Amino acid sequence: MISYAECSARERIARLFDANTFHEWLPPSERITSPHLAQLGVPSSFDDGVAIGRALLGGREVFVAAQEGAFMGGGVGEVHGAKLVGLLRRAQRDRPDAVLLLVDSGGVRLHEANAGLIAVSEVMRAVLDVRAAGIPVIVLVGSANGCFGGMGIVARCADQVLMSDASRLAMSGPEVIEASHGVDEFDARDRALVWRTTGGKHRWITGDCDVLLDDDVAAFREAACAAVNGSRPVTVESLEAEHLQLAARWALLPEALDGDVEALTLWQRLGVPKPEEVASMDVQALRALRTD
Amino acid sequence: MDWKTLAERLFGSDHGLTAEGDFITGDVRFDGAPLKVIGTTGHAPIGVQLALAQARVVLDTIEHHPGCPILLLIDTQGQQLRRRDELLGINRAMAHLGLCLDLARRRGHRVIGLVYDQALSGGFITSGLIADACYALPEAEIRVMRLPAMARITKLKPELLEALSQDNPVFAPGVENYVAMGGVRALWQGDLPLALRGALADAATDDRRAADGAARGGRKLASDVAQRVLDAA
Repeated sequence: MISYAECSARERIARLFDANTFHEWLPPSERITSPHLAQLGVPSSFDDGVAIGRALLGGREVFVAAQEGAFMGGGVGEVHGAKLVGLLRRAQRDRPDAVLLLVDSGGVRLHEANAGLIAVSEVMRAVLDVRAAGIPVIVLVGSANGCFGGMGIVARCADQVLMSDASRLAMSGPEVIEASHGVDEFDARDRALVWRTTGGKHRWITGDCDVLLDDDVAAFREAACAAVNGSRPVTVESLEAEHLQLAARWALLPEALDGDVEALTLWQRLGVPKPEEVASMDVQALRALRTD
Repeated sequence: MDWKTLAERLFGSDHGLTAEGDFITGDVRFDGAPLKVIGTTGHAPIGVQLALAQARVVLDTIEHHPGCPILLLIDTQGQQLRRRDELLGINRAMAHLGLCLDLARRRGHRVIGLVYDQALSGGFITSGLIADACYALPEAEIRVMRLPAMARITKLKPELLEALSQDNPVFAPGVENYVAMGGVRALWQGDLPLALRGALADAATDDRRAADGAARGGRKLASDVAQRVLDAA
């Protein structure tokens, strides 16, 4: 078993797709780097922290982007974002079987704040253009950094989210919330609390991810092969169903509770029989909790 | 600008917009045609509830008022920074709002954003930034975060960021910078109804922001890099 979380972006690509089928666009040899980092005295990267291209997955052509969390936390800057947008536009034109986004990102790269914010919103619109063309967009969340900020929104704009129990998906990081509203609001050093609030197990129980996986590249590959078949059109009906689900969930927790019991209370109200056992349950046992 | 002053200048004193808490909504007639207005005020933090409230109106508009243009009035301090909102999937609620607005566009509704006071990061990304086009009043403020906070998180010297922000729109808050980068199409000055009329007539449904950013010199690479991906062998 090879840990997906411990792989680099390029290792993930090499192991996830059919052997030696990845063809990269704008590879590091082209040295397309951020124009903004040098003047800040920050080292740049020849791929600006994201590898994009096409590959085969179980013999089917897919487009892929893999963010490198080791470079600026996978933050989206001007060039990084433009590579993602270019890939998505190309998918609209060339119509691969699917687009896979291997997300490893804290969201907007603060060093390029304004450009990064606009870039993330351009990625969002481009993702929805690809979906509207009937091409599934699959997001894989399995890195140690997880998927935060604007990329947390992008993930939920996709057809499907595949996630491991070793990764996290959210909007604002616990540190940001603690800095804003104090340690009583969110103790960022309380690891168990952080995982109950943002971790893969929680996202599985709530339905925020479509598939829960072990932290294993082979498991991600198998799930990705299956997900490629599923385009989920955005319709009034699908959005009404989503709205109903989100509103019902909000109603399950009408007021904030103490951090020790908040997540467990929600899980119990979502029908988990023994919420106190979730932390120690393995992926297989957790899968049995959801029947949809 | 106060939202009521804005509403009066846009639609006259019987504008019919109402605020419930931080949430503004209303059906107005503009140039004799219906227009749906959805907005926030009081620098509202956008949490799950406020995202859902906006999404509800968008869905109702799609279902009951086919083709009716939607005007988003934006004043937000950003996403709600609360643990409960994270637990309940604030990113998913935001995405849901974005998907609703995107579907409205695809169903033929014009979607126009106007930053009339303040817009920050998470609260802005699935409202004004997902509209067909986003505009701003000159006195509005748009940013990801303040320079001191940015300096703290990036571990860069505040003086360095301050100096760079003088001539590089990427670092500095301000609506002019967002115009230069293409994130805001134009500023609305003087005759606001005239500006809205122009926006409703002009709103393209393709995403022109990278091209605007290149043409205006505020975001020189985004458009070119995306094109290079399309052209790559």
